[in-house]
Amino acid sequence: MKILLNNKSTLLDDGLTIKRLLDKINIQHKYFAVEVNQQIIPKSNHESFLIKEGDKIEIVTAIGGG
Amino acid sequence: MKKLIVDNKEYKSRLILGTGKYKDFSETKAAIESSACEIVTVAIRRMNIGQDENSQNLLNFISPEEYTILPNTAGCYTAKDAVRTCEIASELLEGRKLVKLEVLSQNKNLYPNIIETLKASEILIKKGFKVMVYTTDDPIVAKELENIGCECIMPLGSAIGSGLGIINEFNIREIIENSNVPIIVDAGVGTASDACIAMELGCDGVLMNTAVASAKNPILMANAMKMQSRQGEMHILQVEWKKNSMELRHPYPRV
Repeated sequence: MKILLNNKSTLLDDGLTIKRLLDKINIQHKYFAVEVNQQIIPKSNHESFLIKEGDKIEIVTAIGGG
Repeated sequence: MKKLIVDNKEYKSRLILGTGKYKDFSETKAAIESSACEIVTVAIRRMNIGQDENSQNLLNFISPEEYTILPNTAGCYTAKDAVRTCEIASELLEGRKLVKLEVLSQNKNLYPNIIETLKASEILIKKGFKVMVYTTDDPIVAKELENIGCECIMPLGSAIGSGLGIINEFNIREIIENSNVPIIVDAGVGTASDACIAMELGCDGVLMNTAVASAKNPILMANAMKMQSRQGEMHILQVEWKKNSMELRHPYPRV
């Protein structure tokens, strides 16, 4: 399936959960948040949340700023 | 002098440092340590997936266990965007609710959009956020933000990144005299003496980024800011401002 991951068109296996997607991306820290179609998906739901064709997924973190 | 208490936590340092414009995260960390600040503000952005997933994250250098991380809404131009950014920040910071709200009006001087700032403050407070709010140096607006329930009012000294210092000391005094919440000057600090002046005026703290990060040696500059804000703090412990006083730099007659 095709999704938009941080504004980039990305091909993923069908039936992927957010947790599995995050495992693939291999983020090296725990301070991030995930939004699907502008809805925050709490960490407690990452294991059960199934990604669908066309979803817009944003993975967000803290960066330098004043 | 009042203690600086934000969200029920007392702070010894009167400085808040931003984390933008440093050479790298090691320099950011070294400057923050040199300033002895306890609150650090960060921006919230999407990650560059596929490019830097293995590179370090700012919060691996500045630990939320050690510092109070104050996520800000820099780059937001509407109440809606700012509220969304705060909610994302809370999720990524494991439910923490302290935020620095800044809703900007345009790119030129980054002045706050007060109408959107008021709207966002109301929404965020209803949602249980503790809002430290960036605003103009207008005393009426500052009071209104306090009445809405903001945790802390952060009037600009002058435009963000301008380094012009506190251009309206009288307004800052007005804001301080009329408030029951901490007043922290946010934006415009250019020199270490500006940090001192902010404290001499009676502010509860001072927030800065560019003045430190863009210095030749940010680590030394951070130390200068620490010392000068402390100087201002020592000064204000020795004097009392007269109410409604226009005598800004010489707040009381010698006896």
